[in-house]
Amino acid sequence: MVQQTESGALPWNLAITLGRVAAAFAISLLLGSALGIAMGRMRRLDLWLDNAVTVLLNLPALVLIVLIYVWFGLNEIAAIAAVALNKLPTTVVTMREGARALDPALAEMAQRFQMPRWRILRHVTLPQLAPYLFAAARSGLALIWKIVLVVELLGRSNGIGFQIQIYFQLFDVTLILAYTLAFLLVAQLIEWVVMQPLENWAMRWRM
Amino acid sequence: MADVVLRLRIESKGFHTDRGTLPVLGWIELTLGAREIVAIVGPSGCGKTTLLRIIGGLDTDFVGELQWFGSRLPRIGQVFQEPRLLPWRTVRENILLAQRDPRPAIADELLESLDLTAFRDAYPSKLSLGMARRVAIARAFAIEPELVLLDEPFVSLDPAMAERSREVLLKAWHARPTAGLLVTHDRDEAAALADRILVLGCRPARIEEERMVRHPPATPRSAIVRR
Repeated sequence: MVQQTESGALPWNLAITLGRVAAAFAISLLLGSALGIAMGRMRRLDLWLDNAVTVLLNLPALVLIVLIYVWFGLNEIAAIAAVALNKLPTTVVTMREGARALDPALAEMAQRFQMPRWRILRHVTLPQLAPYLFAAARSGLALIWKIVLVVELLGRSNGIGFQIQIYFQLFDVTLILAYTLAFLLVAQLIEWVVMQPLENWAMRWRM
Repeated sequence: MADVVLRLRIESKGFHTDRGTLPVLGWIELTLGAREIVAIVGPSGCGKTTLLRIIGGLDTDFVGELQWFGSRLPRIGQVFQEPRLLPWRTVRENILLAQRDPRPAIADELLESLDLTAFRDAYPSKLSLGMARRVAIARAFAIEPELVLLDEPFVSLDPAMAERSREVLLKAWHARPTAGLLVTHDRDEAAALADRILVLGCRPARIEEERMVRHPPATPRSAIVRR
């Protein structure tokens, strides 16, 4: 691990993978939340898209990745899209539940006091969605970590997934473990430095 | 009549179900003066809350007419059956968020007069039900309302707490006189707070009896300066 770090190979590939994770995570969370909340609030849209979400949810990740590579080529956009699309349906399902669970009594209170829209969103709606958002982010990040490596292994020429494939062909277990360990450390660091403090801050009223 | 706030005429109001329309409200006529407190008394499940929702503009699906006197829709403060505070905001933030433009001075003054200053930075989960109800009262008055709607505001409080909360409410009313509409099933509560009591009959609800309340000089209600 030290040797790979000194040569610059590990940080470089790690950075590339993290970039893909971040992009796919942001896209799937933003798009998935918007779609999920809309589906939770609008019955028609929900009926219309429900089957598509179920299909996407149950489609094996590998099939989706291969199809996207075949259709859109072995490029960076296809790679990120493949990861994001794998994550999208779980975010939609989680956020849809969140939107369905919004308390109508608080909505009526906000309406009664004629709160402006942005104030309702920030102080009434978002705090109710926060636990669902954190659940979606956590499970999403875990899923993306896993899928991004497969995507790299199948169709990219850099990143941790690609490196692991090379060392797999060379049967170099030490290096495979070195890359895995670095990857796990980063994931854990994100949990400690970003997710937990953010969640504690958002949920401080429950203390 | 210059000091009339609203005039309401409901011909009918029903809830639409799969099996047709369920009549809830029958013929109801109601006029409310600028500083008058009217209590609507009736058994539960009789459409009292529905009536308040219509008056508050939250339900417009009825046959009849709701007329406001004044150039625009008045500011309406409401105390709901449950306190309906935002659990993730402190007591003071809950009050400030209800105001169109935050007016901390008014919020602090109300907190002070309702004995809540010590809890101003507490989250609602730390409050007892009685205290949360007081915060809801403070919130309703903090928007400087022209009309306050109260929907069974003291239900499920023990008698001593309810009595104390009524005093608190009258105090808030005393400081900021407005028109008020109180819905309750408790006739004593109605008599303690209101100038006029409308007794509602059931299914569909209609006004069966109208009674004026004379407050003896020693009662808290009579202390309120009116007109």
